[in-house]
Amino acid sequence: MSELIQSSKVAALTKINDCVVKFANVNGSGSASANGMFAKAVFRMGIPISPHNIFPSNIQGLPTWFEVRINENGYLGRREGVDLIVAMNEQTIAKDIASVVPGGYVLYDSSKVLANELLRDDVTYLPIPLKDICLEEFEKPTQRQLFKNIVYVGALSAFLNIDFKVLAGLVSDQFRGKEKLIPPNIHALELGHQYASANFECPLNLRLETSEKNKGKILMDGNTATGLGSVYGGATVAAWYPLTPSTSVVDSFATYCKRLRIDAGTGKKKYSIVQAEDELAAIGIAIGAGWNGARAFTATSGPGISLMQEFLGLAYFSEVPIVLFNIQRVGPSTGMPTRSQQGDLLCCAYASHGDTKHVLLFPANPSECFDYAASAFDIADRIQSPVIVMSDLELGMNEQICDPLNWDDKRRYDRGKVLNAQQLDEIEKYGRYLDSDGDGIPYRTYPGTHPHKGSYFTRGSSHDSYAAYTEDGSVYAEVMDRLTLKMKTAVNYLPEPEFSETTSNNLGLAFIGTTTSAIKEVLDSLAKKGITLDTMRIRAFPFHDSVTEFFAAHQLVYVIEQNRDAQLKSLLKIECNIHEEKMHSILSYDGLLITAQHIEKSIIDSMIDVDASGEVPA
Amino acid sequence: MQAEKFPRKTAATMSYINKPKFKHPQIQTNDIGLTRRDYEGTLTTLCGGCGHDSISAAIIQAASEMSLEPHRVAKISGIGCSSKIPSYFLSKAHGFNSVHGRMPSVATGANIANKDLYYVGVSGDGDSASIGLGQFCHIVRRRINMLYIVANNGTYGLTKGQLSATADIGSRTKSGEKSQFDNIDMATLAIELGASFVARSFSGDKKQLIPLLQAGLSHKGFAFIDVISPCVTFNNTDFSTHGYKNTWENYMSLSEVDFVPMREEITTSYAAGKEKEITLHDGSAIHLHKTSNDYDPTDKENALHHINAFKKQGKIATGLLYINQSTSDLHELQETVDKPLNNLDNQELCPGSEVLKDINNTFR
Repeated sequence: MSELIQSSKVAALTKINDCVVKFANVNGSGSASANGMFAKAVFRMGIPISPHNIFPSNIQGLPTWFEVRINENGYLGRREGVDLIVAMNEQTIAKDIASVVPGGYVLYDSSKVLANELLRDDVTYLPIPLKDICLEEFEKPTQRQLFKNIVYVGALSAFLNIDFKVLAGLVSDQFRGKEKLIPPNIHALELGHQYASANFECPLNLRLETSEKNKGKILMDGNTATGLGSVYGGATVAAWYPLTPSTSVVDSFATYCKRLRIDAGTGKKKYSIVQAEDELAAIGIAIGAGWNGARAFTATSGPGISLMQEFLGLAYFSEVPIVLFNIQRVGPSTGMPTRSQQGDLLCCAYASHGDTKHVLLFPANPSECFDYAASAFDIADRIQSPVIVMSDLELGMNEQICDPLNWDDKRRYDRGKVLNAQQLDEIEKYGRYLDSDGDGIPYRTYPGTHPHKGSYFTRGSSHDSYAAYTEDGSVYAEVMDRLTLKMKTAVNYLPEPEFSETTSNNLGLAFIGTTTSAIKEVLDSLAKKGITLDTMRIRAFPFHDSVTEFFAAHQLVYVIEQNRDAQLKSLLKIECNIHEEKMHSILSYDGLLITAQHIEKSIIDSMIDVDASGEVPA
Repeated sequence: MQAEKFPRKTAATMSYINKPKFKHPQIQTNDIGLTRRDYEGTLTTLCGGCGHDSISAAIIQAASEMSLEPHRVAKISGIGCSSKIPSYFLSKAHGFNSVHGRMPSVATGANIANKDLYYVGVSGDGDSASIGLGQFCHIVRRRINMLYIVANNGTYGLTKGQLSATADIGSRTKSGEKSQFDNIDMATLAIELGASFVARSFSGDKKQLIPLLQAGLSHKGFAFIDVISPCVTFNNTDFSTHGYKNTWENYMSLSEVDFVPMREEITTSYAAGKEKEITLHDGSAIHLHKTSNDYDPTDKENALHHINAFKKQGKIATGLLYINQSTSDLHELQETVDKPLNNLDNQELCPGSEVLKDINNTFR
């Protein structure tokens, strides 16, 4: 057994509740549940944490990473540099060790001697003979493989000072109903803990201490919340085609429906889920169901969005409510299917040929995924048009600390303007696309409502107020103008931007979705340098007037987004007529969550540029 | 009240007219007091003599004779000449003219939302055998309870006469273009994929088509009728296999059908052999008059064998080709509740805040 403990020439990191721990694994090796257990243990110790899966589009054999940011101040965006690496993958070990900051730590499986070229003199090595321990202690080949992961979690608990009782409690929770699995897992944790304690000075200077920061909070991923929000929002029809990273939305919907949507008397299902043959059929099924009065959704990602364009135009023009969850990933084309991006803003805002516009919602955390999923069905019914919820892989597939999900029992579904048989009896002539209220939203009827009133022909071809086919250009233009008005009305039903308390600064930040995770850190760090900024988190499209007002009130607004082409900035230009000089883009499009360091550096760099030209922006 | 925003009954309002509303005073009414006129749609805009208009007329007569409540039907189509058909029948029914080749998915969603309506899908050979072939295959597999009609003319009429995928090899269009590729037979394909009611007919043979439509509407499960419906403008030449001439000459009935609505007492008794009586789920019945003793429309392989044998001789097998009454539809397979999904309310769908508290605890 190797007893090599390299002494670092650089002082080992000394920090409490502030580190990045990264696990480098081979996918398919069973590391995910062990790494998840580590993250959950830190969460249960009350310390803010944000785990990020960086995984390949592959089932077995390729490198996968699990990166955990732990930060007492609640800075939970990604941070460059690794403080402690758990280097379990020989394919990537050189790069993994190189990613560690000077003074950091390298935990590796010392059953095999580490090659000389992997030795750095500015980090501390934590060799644990994981393979040898498991060979000695476990008999089944699968156990010998899987428990290596549990053993390193046990070792980490000693190194980082993780409460062992918390870990043991997690094991019990995880294997509830499969109690036989609890003792060997606890044993594996103990093996790691004992080995580390016996061979190293534990805990390290880089360590954790119990905190109170997570009081009342939950740790969940966005897709799980989205699926659950759809159950609460009254969705009865889900049609989908499997596509990472959107698949787990429907998985979650299915899981909760099985629990919550079974008729007590008959055992029958109050929902239907169809795995369609492709994304075209998936959205077609949702549209057919939406037309016929059921709350229906589909979930997809970029390639599916491309395929759904024609149907989105139909739903917009024939005014059929549907909800579409777009869990964005890196495009174009197949792109990086397991990396995150905010790259579908333009193609969703104006999806389909001809003049179209769609409502977009931008959730930033799992609680909002839940709320927006449920509200999206109300909004879609209210405006009789598609509502696209723009999540992304980062939010959808990674766990995040957030407020608990909340539901007001007094809340009733808003089914929008739907006429029943009695209401039809009271009117002389029903017109499907008549703007009776002057808000651009007409009244619809469900098929089968009335024996001789209220029927109409839904079509994607141009139609008049009574749904009759027309090629009269002026009638077509009237319908298009009404749809413009309808989108203006729609804004009233959308979540307002979230603004920081007004400090009447000249500078502002505008951003959406997962970029939010970096903002607190950016603001605190810049404040220390004497730079203060106001923030606007946009939560919906089409934009509220307050978005335009924010730009008017600030000299310069940094528009931060995670794509190459500054799509949010384009939307602001098109829709709010914001002048180019008012906006400064900060972009990130490497597929990983944008970091506070990148944003801060971009802001400082832009100020240096402006200073050089003689103008001081702040 | 929201509905007050619409013109009141007393108010003078602008109206538009589809068809004269005049009714002959002696016109017959059906069991629910409706006349044929109540089953009509708007005036056709198809070419004079188009087979598709005969299909509309057959649907009108079929639904009227069955005393279907028009508003309990939902009509769904794709794009093309065929997909205009739903405008021309049952104007009291909701219609949905969707996207080219995608009627099956829209019909699937509609059916899932409310299982209590009749669903009539109307498509064409371009719509269902080319751009929508994938969706066609999958709606068959999913066993949606509906009547799916393909108005099959072997050509793309609305884009002026290109060959379609159902055009037989060697068949030529008006412009002289010859089909070089093997055709897709929608009926045998439907049987292979598990459709539980498959028929073929001809727009020119009302006597055969009407009872087939009625049986298809009454059948519980996916009922498919491939209706040869000549395109008089682009594909009605002597050298087109989808023209009137070839169809009349080579049209062979495998099994003729009489439809007996459920309200009528079944009085005739049929001898074994060429005659067969099948009672449908709703209590109505079909009487089959088979052309041969060894043809069994309830046996998949046997049915395919007979259709293909006709095909080898250049003949078109028509009539009820295959029926299987023992399959379940999608709702039965998925075990959805008896109440239509679109009719479930807040209370039936929302689990409430107490449950959510428990769920929150699983994420702590």
